[in-house]
Amino acid sequence: MSPADPTRPVVHPAWLRVTHWLNVLAVLVMVMSGWRIYNASPIFAFEFPKALTLGGWLGGALLWHFAAMWLLVVNGLVYLTWSISSGRFRRQLFPLSPRSVLRDLVDALRGRLSHADLRQYNAVQKLAYLFVIADLVVIVLSGLVVFKPVQFPLLRALMGDFDNARIVHFYAMAGLVVFVVVHVLMAALVPRTIVAMVRGR
Amino acid sequence: MSGSDLIKAALEEMSLSSRRRFLRNTLSLGGLALLTGCDVINEDAAEKVLMRVSRFNDRAQALLFSAGNLAPTYPESRITRPFPFNAFYSEDEAPVVDGDSYRLEVSGLVADKTAWSLERLRALEQTSQVTRHICVEGWSAIGKWGGVPFAKFLRIIGADTTAKYVGFKCADNYYQSIDMPTALHQQTLLALTYDGQTLPRKYGYPLKLRMPTKLGYKNPKHIMALFVTNTNPGGYWEDQGYNWFGGS
Repeated sequence: MSPADPTRPVVHPAWLRVTHWLNVLAVLVMVMSGWRIYNASPIFAFEFPKALTLGGWLGGALLWHFAAMWLLVVNGLVYLTWSISSGRFRRQLFPLSPRSVLRDLVDALRGRLSHADLRQYNAVQKLAYLFVIADLVVIVLSGLVVFKPVQFPLLRALMGDFDNARIVHFYAMAGLVVFVVVHVLMAALVPRTIVAMVRGR
Repeated sequence: MSGSDLIKAALEEMSLSSRRRFLRNTLSLGGLALLTGCDVINEDAAEKVLMRVSRFNDRAQALLFSAGNLAPTYPESRITRPFPFNAFYSEDEAPVVDGDSYRLEVSGLVADKTAWSLERLRALEQTSQVTRHICVEGWSAIGKWGGVPFAKFLRIIGADTTAKYVGFKCADNYYQSIDMPTALHQQTLLALTYDGQTLPRKYGYPLKLRMPTKLGYKNPKHIMALFVTNTNPGGYWEDQGYNWFGGS
C-alpha cells in the first residue's frame, strides 16, 4: 500500500493537520524570537546562540514575538475548540493511567511498542500530548503576565508577580523545547507518522 | 544585571539603532534563514507586515487598557538599591540641565501655554508612589517616584483631554509620546523626585514622566517640552521598531 492509498484509514483529519503545522510555525517563531528577547537580559548565566535566534536585535525579535503570538493563540483556540467539541480530545487522549504509561514506557524502551495502527496513541504519547497542551496554556498565561502585568491582576498574582512570571515563561518554554526534541525524534523513528500528519493517512 | 552591563547593553542597542540597520536585521533570521532559504522572503515586505501587526497591537493594547487597573505598589523596603541607570548613552553622558533657568515648555492643544519653572511645579500638590519599573529588555526594578499627578497638571494647563496624544521633547534629544488614557491614569506622575530626593541627573533631572503602566522606554527623562496633539509624534525607539503603545 502506498502512503496515499485512499483505502487506508484516516489517522488525522484535515483540521488537525492544518492546526498542527500552523502550530509548528508559531512555536518556531515564538521560541526563536523569544530566545533573542531573553538574550537582551538573561535570567540565568547563559545566552542562546545568536544564530538560533530570530529578529536580529531586540526590537526585531519583539515584532516577531508579538505577531506570532496571535497565530499561536488563535490557532490553539481553534484546535482546542475543534478537538473537544468533536470528541477527539477525549477519544484520543483518554483514558490514561499511571500504570498504562509505565507499561508503554517499558515496552517502548524494549522496542516492543506496536505502531500498527497510528490512530491508536500509546499511553506515553497521550501523556506527552496532554503535557504539551497544558504547557502551551502555561506559556500563554505566563506570557500574558509578562506582556501585561497591570491589566491581568489575578493572573499576575497567580504567577507570583512580574519577575516570577518571566521564570515560569522560561521553564514552560524549556518544557516545550524538550517535548519538541523528543517528539521529532520519535516521529523520525516511525516515519509513517510524518506522512500521516501531512497526508492524513 | 549590573550597571556596567546595562550600559554595555544600551550601547550595543544604540550601535544597532539606525533605521537601515533595523531593516537589515529584522530578518537576519539565523536558523530560520537556513530553513526557508533567505532569498525567498522579501525583507521589506516582511518588515511592513510586522510593523502593521505592531500597529494592530497598539489598538489591541489600547482596548485592553483599563483606567481602573492599577500597577502594584510596594513597601519602601522592596526598593531596588542601587536603582539601575539605563539610557541609550552611558551615565556620564546624561545631560546637564540648569535648574534655575529651566522652563518646561507647554504647547499644542492647551489653554495656558505659559512655561513652568521648577519652583512653580514644586508648589503644586505632590504625591509619591513605590512601583515597579519594567524594561523592554525584561529586567525590572522597584523605585519610588514623587511629583505631580499628570492628569492634574493637564487640567491645570487646560489641556484638551479629548485629544489623542501627549508628546515630549527631552534634553538628551530623546522624544516620546503616549496615549491620552495613559496620560490621565491616576498613577501617571510628572516626577520631580526619586526616593525622596530631587530627581538626580542619572534618573532624569529635572523632570521625568513616570508611568508604572508603561515599559521603561515610554517614560521620558529630562523633559524640556510637552505638547498635546492629535498627530502621533512617535518616539525615539518606536521609530526604530519598538511597539508604540508599549504598555503593561
